[in-house]
Amino acid sequence: MEKFISHTGTGVPLRRSNVDTDQIIPAVYLKRVTRSGFEDGLFAAWRSDPDFVLNKSEYHGGTILVAGVDFGTGSSREHAVWALQNYGFKVVISSRFADIFRGNSLKGGLLTVILPQEEVEALWNAIERDPKTSISVNLESRTVSYNGKSVGFDLDDYTRWRLMEGLDDIGLTLRHTDLVEGFESKRAKFKPKTLPVLS
Amino acid sequence: MGRTLAEKVWEDHVVRSATGEPDLLYIDLHLIHEVTSPQAFDGLRLTGRKVRRPELTLATEDHNVPTLNIDRPIADPVSRLQVDTLRKNCAEFGVRIHSLGDIEQGIVHVVGPQLGITQPGMTIVCGDSHTSTHGAFGALAFGIGTSEVEHVLATQTLPLTKPKMMAVNIEGKLKPGVTSKDIILAVIAQISTGGGQGYILEYRGSAIRELSMEARMTICNMSIEAGARAGLIAPDEITFEYIKGRPHAPKGADWDAALAYWNTLKSDADAKFDKEIYLNADELSPFVTWGTNPGQGVPLNQAVPTPESFGDEQERRAAESALVYMDLKAGTPMKEIKIDTVFLGSCTNGRIEDLRSAAAIIKGKKVASNTRMLVVPGSARVRLQAESEGLDKVFLEFGAEWRSAGCSMCLGMNPDQLKPGERSASTSNRNFEGRQGKGGRTHLVSPLVAAATAIKGTLASPADL
Repeated sequence: MEKFISHTGTGVPLRRSNVDTDQIIPAVYLKRVTRSGFEDGLFAAWRSDPDFVLNKSEYHGGTILVAGVDFGTGSSREHAVWALQNYGFKVVISSRFADIFRGNSLKGGLLTVILPQEEVEALWNAIERDPKTSISVNLESRTVSYNGKSVGFDLDDYTRWRLMEGLDDIGLTLRHTDLVEGFESKRAKFKPKTLPVLS
Repeated sequence: MGRTLAEKVWEDHVVRSATGEPDLLYIDLHLIHEVTSPQAFDGLRLTGRKVRRPELTLATEDHNVPTLNIDRPIADPVSRLQVDTLRKNCAEFGVRIHSLGDIEQGIVHVVGPQLGITQPGMTIVCGDSHTSTHGAFGALAFGIGTSEVEHVLATQTLPLTKPKMMAVNIEGKLKPGVTSKDIILAVIAQISTGGGQGYILEYRGSAIRELSMEARMTICNMSIEAGARAGLIAPDEITFEYIKGRPHAPKGADWDAALAYWNTLKSDADAKFDKEIYLNADELSPFVTWGTNPGQGVPLNQAVPTPESFGDEQERRAAESALVYMDLKAGTPMKEIKIDTVFLGSCTNGRIEDLRSAAAIIKGKKVASNTRMLVVPGSARVRLQAESEGLDKVFLEFGAEWRSAGCSMCLGMNPDQLKPGERSASTSNRNFEGRQGKGGRTHLVSPLVAAATAIKGTLASPADL
């Protein structure tokens, strides 16, 4: 995974709450067996509307999506994270994310930043006043900065460290294989197995 | 201090715990399907890793499979490639798979319980958010993303931060015609789609203890619609009776050992929950959704609410846009809403009891002239069981379509989709914009309301017939 220390870019204001994973990428776009190429499905239903924010030229090239409360509710599809990343987003800001989406994003290196709703509103207003507003998201200092203003956000130390080092979770877990083997040696015998097949 | 059920299951699976880090949890069962696994298997190949415990892994084909002509190759080449990829990956890595046409094929959350492989006190994961279904057995079960699928395949563990605990207390007795689907829709309407975020829900109280296992599965299934990754119910005699004798249930001395452990799986009297909510089962009536998220629901005998009735500005705006999408006017009685398609199926309500209860309502009647009804059993075994009871004939004589097993119109990934502007009454779990097909409009309902609606052509409960 690529290291994430800080990112500076322009924002895209998505003034909608409860943007669920079926809006981020509808199921019919989930048929690919690769991790790339999902940008076509991003917000597919809304993209046909010329007034949709991603279709407005002033927001082209934006890398920081600023969305309403409860972003990413619904399915566990990590394709939602890939679609945002494939399209070019590096950061999503909202006042609340669904648990599974948040977990997926932080595993995959898409930084999800939680700001209070009034800060989200302030950011929407700033971006809409000037779409070229430069926004910096710094993981080292855990701040979002724009127009000379700096707002702090919370992220636990462990996740922050893992993102800043670009570490793969599996690699970290495999360091503890001896503990996994120890646990397995003590598992109850009655626990079910899928093999052999019983009928 | 006492511990909650979820805390007990959690602590029994901690492989490693360190200050400031997530706990490393052992996973007892990993269920996989064609949509969220291909990239995970690719990851294993890239890094030269194996599936650590194939005997704790089980694959079925469900999300993307057709429900018609399943004896022929899948017509859509992209869908076919995804299903073929799962078959190849399972063959290469030694994973058990139930493919289209196999008697054990079906929706992953229907298959696990019917095999008896879902048991109390287990940790169960799957790359699907409705994995919470298995919580009905007192298992800690939740959906994961594809990166986590790869992690479990490679290590049989997951690093996780312990969620907070919420008790959902439902006391009282359900009136006839009111089902567990109505309970969970009412819970979600009460706490909203974000209310359960960061929590594990434990459903408890006299109304829950009365429910069958299948009815309990419907409730736990939709925990995710309340924002909670997992929801569970303490196992009891109803649970043990359901498991006993199934193919993978413990036998002999193993059964006794398992039962002794399962009997410890309940929240202690002095366990502390971070939050508690209460619902009175006596007061519940059939519940339906009017909007585009599962929290936007009302009792069927009420009307579409006005956006102004929501105090919160975000909710008001969400209601306004939902009414536009759903093409509904505030104040319209729910029972006047015309329905084009009734969908009976999904991991929420695609089990044999669901089919039986709907069939009992429609038996000897005809589907409304403006409505079509699609009946999709949750698994091949549910389909066979229904056919052995003659339910297929009841549905066919009514004028419904009788299909093969799969996720089908719940998410519209296969050809079973709503057309733009079409309106459904659906026993599934999500009424998101376009969920059942681009431009489609969904009302979530119980199997009883689905059946009555198919007869009347407008949203209805059996009491309205």
